[in-house]
Amino acid sequence: MLKTDKLEYNIEKIRGDFPILHRQVHNKPFVYFDNAATTHKPLEVIERMDRVYRETNSNIHRGVHYLSDVTTREFESARETVRGFINARNDHEIIFTSGTTAGINLAAFSFGERYVGENDEIVVSALEHHANIVPWQMLCERKRAKLRVIPMDDHGELDIEEYKEMLNDRTRLVAVTHVANSIGTVNPVKKITGIAHEHGIPVLIDGAQAVQHGSVDVQDLDADMYVFSGHKMYGPTGIGVFYGKENILEEIPPYQTGGEMVDQVTFEKTTFNQLPLKFEAGTPNYTGAIGLAAAIDYLVETGLDKIAAHEKDLLDYAAGRFAQIDGLKVFGAAREKISVISFVLEDIHPYDAGMVIDKFGIAVRTGTHCAQPVMDRFGIRGTIRASMAMYNTREEVDRLCEAIGKVKEMFG
Amino acid sequence: MDMEKVQEEIVEEFGLFDDWMDKYNHLIELSRSLPVIDEKYKKPEFLIEGCQSRVWLNAAMEDGRVVYTADSDAVITKGIIALLIRVLSGRTPDEILENDLWFIDRIGLKENLSPTRSNGLISMIKQMKLYALAYKAKNQKTGRNGESG
Repeated sequence: MLKTDKLEYNIEKIRGDFPILHRQVHNKPFVYFDNAATTHKPLEVIERMDRVYRETNSNIHRGVHYLSDVTTREFESARETVRGFINARNDHEIIFTSGTTAGINLAAFSFGERYVGENDEIVVSALEHHANIVPWQMLCERKRAKLRVIPMDDHGELDIEEYKEMLNDRTRLVAVTHVANSIGTVNPVKKITGIAHEHGIPVLIDGAQAVQHGSVDVQDLDADMYVFSGHKMYGPTGIGVFYGKENILEEIPPYQTGGEMVDQVTFEKTTFNQLPLKFEAGTPNYTGAIGLAAAIDYLVETGLDKIAAHEKDLLDYAAGRFAQIDGLKVFGAAREKISVISFVLEDIHPYDAGMVIDKFGIAVRTGTHCAQPVMDRFGIRGTIRASMAMYNTREEVDRLCEAIGKVKEMFG
Repeated sequence: MDMEKVQEEIVEEFGLFDDWMDKYNHLIELSRSLPVIDEKYKKPEFLIEGCQSRVWLNAAMEDGRVVYTADSDAVITKGIIALLIRVLSGRTPDEILENDLWFIDRIGLKENLSPTRSNGLISMIKQMKLYALAYKAKNQKTGRNGESG
């Protein structure tokens, strides 16, 4: 069964869909392993957005004219595509934002305004990206609330027992990442959510590193809020999604205010529009939303399960190759892990390694990956991170290993 | 050797290598010639802000000339500081402040560092010039005090 699946995964065709993969960098074929930072875009996305600007561009919702109507319908159809993609119950639970960071900030402000007060607690985990730490820290400062952190073990897995102990009647929200951008741990978010719900505590999940690697069903997870970005899932930059359960979205105040999100405005009082418009102040990035829908169509057409299988094969292959390299140490050995290998080379600074790897035409990321607490937990100042996507190949992993060999030769 | 001459020498050296891998190797060689900062200065106060790798820099005044010592946890960075020190160390504050470091562009150093890293290079130069400026100001002050007394 699995074998047939692999045969169906036409990697040559997929690579053909991404124009940028065929360029050269430093006169060498380009290898891109910085997918956790952003992914490349298939023609389907590029062309769909090109078409908006060439053929249908007009501001949405406001006009009575023909193209405004066309664009409004495409924008709302994009919302429906996103809804289907994460299996939300209603279209109006899908709020378009500029990205994951914006979504978390929206939650930290709006949810925080409504539900968080002095001495209340917010729980995050030791695996968070700064974007899922700092907005909560700021909220805690504003409200004199406390930030609690679920610890992790040496493998990079969260301590669920400790987490259970942490919840109490002052806990207002749990905000955890679905997949850790720094080391690839897949957190048991369904379990985490279930535990929180036993105490009546809502949960926000940062899905920035999850939605591109496998199916996500927000109803199955029972997530109260789920956020992600377009550009990390083969879609455009500047667009993202904030999913919230209807009852929460109805309860919390708007984050930003302006046009379109209002119902009645007088100088004395303003009433707000219905969901989802209440949270979409100003002209939304409709071209981005339409591009994101194209990316989702592309992912669904290709098959998320097949992508996941391909990426797992790559990760296992890379782990196997890396295990044979002397002095290479991988951080993050969670049982459930996807698409990211974060490593250091003994006595070699990631910065030195990164510069040489770059000259091979290979893009990796070096540094703390916006997750300094994770680095601190491991007692390191940074790693080299290779993050894989649907279009990477075993041959590219081989090229990376060759570059690592050269790094060792130069600095070892 | 004046600063112009040293810069010309560096450009010539780098001209010997065609590709950047060899140039990196040369920087690695140069990193070994770095006058290493005394361990006691490897403290946060001596860290240069804005570098991806950690860089510690110190300067002392010896016979009217600024002498730099430095260290970094990254080897290529060390090689780059070694180059800067070769050009700037042992010069008067005026020389350091007035002369242009044109060799950096000529050997293509900036283009071969990513923007964040090239910001780090700019921070290093800035810090070296700041030391020169501080010593110059100190000199002038002591000089003036001498005259009035």
